Amino acid sequence: MAKRTEIRFSGAGGQGLITAGIILAEAASIIEGKHAVQSQSYGPEARGGASKSEVIISDGPIDYPKATTVDACLAMTQESADKYANGIKKGGVLLLDSDFVKREPQGDFKTYKFPIIRTAKEDIGREIVGNVVALGAMVALTDVVSREAGEKAVLARVPEAFIELNKKAYNLGYDKVKELLK
Amino acid sequence: MAKKVALLQGNEVCAHAAVYAGAQFFGGYPITPSTEVAEVLSVELPKVGGKFIQMEDEIAAMASVIGASLTGAKSITATSGPGVSLKQELIGYACIAEIPCVIVNVMRGGPSTGMPTGPGQSDVQQARWGTHGDHAAIALAPSSCQEIFSETVRAFNLAEKYRMPVQVLYDEIVGHMRERIEFPEPGELEVIDRAKPTVAPEQYKPYDTSFGDVPPLAAFGSEYRFHVTGLNKAQDGFPTTKAELVDDEQRRQIRKVENETARADIEKNEEYLTEDAEIIVFAYGSIARSARYAVNELRKEGIKAGLFRPITLWPFPEKRVAALAKQAKAIVVAEMNLGQMVHEVERVSKGACTIAGVFRVDGEPINPGQIMDKVKEVR
Amino acid sequence: MAYDYEKSIRPGKLPHIWCPGCGHGIAMKGLIRAMDTCGLDKNNTAIVSGIGCASRLPGYMDYCTLHTAHGRAAAFATGVKMAKPEMNVIVMGGDGDGTAIGGNHFIHACRRNIDMTYVIFNNFIYGMTGGQFSPCTPTGDKASTTPYGNPDPIFDISKLAIGAGATFVARTTAFHATQIDKLIAEGIKHKGMSVIEVLDDCPTTYGRRNKFRSVVDMMKRLKEIAVPVAAASKMTAEQLEGKVLTGVLYKEDKPEYCEQYAKVIAKAQGRAV
Repeated sequence: MAKRTEIRFSGAGGQGLITAGIILAEAASIIEGKHAVQSQSYGPEARGGASKSEVIISDGPIDYPKATTVDACLAMTQESADKYANGIKKGGVLLLDSDFVKREPQGDFKTYKFPIIRTAKEDIGREIVGNVVALGAMVALTDVVSREAGEKAVLARVPEAFIELNKKAYNLGYDKVKELLK
Repeated sequence: MAKKVALLQGNEVCAHAAVYAGAQFFGGYPITPSTEVAEVLSVELPKVGGKFIQMEDEIAAMASVIGASLTGAKSITATSGPGVSLKQELIGYACIAEIPCVIVNVMRGGPSTGMPTGPGQSDVQQARWGTHGDHAAIALAPSSCQEIFSETVRAFNLAEKYRMPVQVLYDEIVGHMRERIEFPEPGELEVIDRAKPTVAPEQYKPYDTSFGDVPPLAAFGSEYRFHVTGLNKAQDGFPTTKAELVDDEQRRQIRKVENETARADIEKNEEYLTEDAEIIVFAYGSIARSARYAVNELRKEGIKAGLFRPITLWPFPEKRVAALAKQAKAIVVAEMNLGQMVHEVERVSKGACTIAGVFRVDGEPINPGQIMDKVKEVR
Repeated sequence: MAYDYEKSIRPGKLPHIWCPGCGHGIAMKGLIRAMDTCGLDKNNTAIVSGIGCASRLPGYMDYCTLHTAHGRAAAFATGVKMAKPEMNVIVMGGDGDGTAIGGNHFIHACRRNIDMTYVIFNNFIYGMTGGQFSPCTPTGDKASTTPYGNPDPIFDISKLAIGAGATFVARTTAFHATQIDKLIAEGIKHKGMSVIEVLDDCPTTYGRRNKFRSVVDMMKRLKEIAVPVAAASKMTAEQLEGKVLTGVLYKEDKPEYCEQYAKVIAKAQGRAV
């Protein structure tokens, strides 16, 4: 049976988490040649609210395209943590933005946290790349795609002028988590 | 050379497939969850010299598509449940006047506004019986992004070949999810254009059955001049109320799709592990993916389950389903509505086996576990 | 020498369905003369109509003809014109078809300024269904669904067209038969959306309910209410009470829709606009 990995990105609408999911799916399917399905839930609001993006990655064809038991989950806000940090499998992982999620979801999984948005703001100088920091962190947390594939997928999506910024953001997120895992 | 690959939403794929099939016209109106089809075609169609127009409403969109098709342009619109309801009158017009066109319905729940951003499969009977009057229907139900490509191309082919509207029905899940797709090379998939008249202009009749049940359709603006109406008409295209002519026309328009040869051409199913199956799961669109997952899990538990997935929903695969009903102990129909295609399965099974349903309308897809539970229950 | 209408009519398709005394025949003759004057190529000209008495006209005419669904003529015609901008497109139909059920399509076709000529035969009533009131039935008048007199205010079709963005708008009546073809011809030659409103009469379902003793009375009425635009400028508001202006009511040059879309195609293909 093909190995199936389920990853969920959640946060506030407009934080770019759907994009983060798409980039991860591109890294897996276009760059690494695996099977990947990305889907999302929409509310009526274009900004705000809670939004989620799910990516299923597998060595073989993916039948059921939605998450069944989540291997890794990201929650950037309290609302998204309350709403979407569930269904995480035993031994799975949860990554939180420690500035925004004060009530931590409880369960039979490991929780990691760091101030994701603040890192983007203070270390990169641009809050807007918070989603790319988060993506780097999720890649480091799961190893579902290689560090290089993730970076390549990020850079394929950004305009020339923002390449350095995004490269820095991705790798910062990646390194932060590898640090936490030590 | 390696094929072009991309990670795309089903709706985006549908738009690219339309261009591949030779679409030259899109007339639409914004509606969730289908809007990406329009957005991508507004970019792509003018690149190939085609036309994109956002009309004032759903009805106008359908009208513009029929008008454009009459000039010989392959034409498409995309919408969702409430939009299809509005288009129904003119879908009937395209049926009776026999104008090729493709209508994409990205299904959500309902009735009315329902849950615009949630998935549903509750328009499958609307696709068959939505417009008033007797008529044939062709509807295709892809379940993956790659299949949206091939089925959209096939929808154009069938529309052109059978001279009628063809619906592509997929739900919000497939419409909005992203999968890796490989773009077929030009020529890799068959692309069919409508038959053009071969007679001299003065001899041309737009419904001339001496050419068979699907008479050739000339284009407005060519050397052929003719009349088109939504009234019942004689072979020359002009209105008639003569009983035998009306009867002939009505019956031909259904026969052209439902005769044995046409059915063999139009029907398309996927079967997975049905050969020795005791329980058949009947599912289509995104739910067929849950069903396949469930079948694999059930087999691991030693239960002989199989999947029957109609890719062509209409005309309904009557013969094959009837045969499976004789073979199986039960058929479990899983659909994101409160029971629609299950009625067809019951109709053609004629009591040969148990028919059970797994239905869901809360905006969440039917998951494999629900299907497995039902299979175990009827086993 | 008498004008030869036969060359524009499909052999064997007459007689038409219209009642004796109906003004549609006069309007149709005007349309035939106008299309002829403009030298429209029959193969390259579509006549598109909706549903109703007037909308049966395309079936009689030897052009590419499209008899659509109720109210939808302008929307079908938009598809024809967009897909093949080189075709001449004439849209026609009645007042109810064009401004009630088809009102939305009508105003948006005007807004786009797409190059079509829309001739509305306004006989103030739904004739084919037996005389129900339309958006153009005068307030107070009788129709089969206003037995106590029509409580509804009316649409002024020409004003509606001008307000919605049509770039050529004209009005005349079936009484002023020789003006019909001149105005339609001018509309056909105009690049953009042209609307020509022809006021005519329905003796069968409107006249007999509203104390017109004969078709002649109805024609006299059309003559009485019509005031040419030039004459109106010298009249007082009191004198203009109950009158309708005739002639060219509005004309301007504005970018045409298909030409604008040609620029979209050029941009998409990376060509200079």
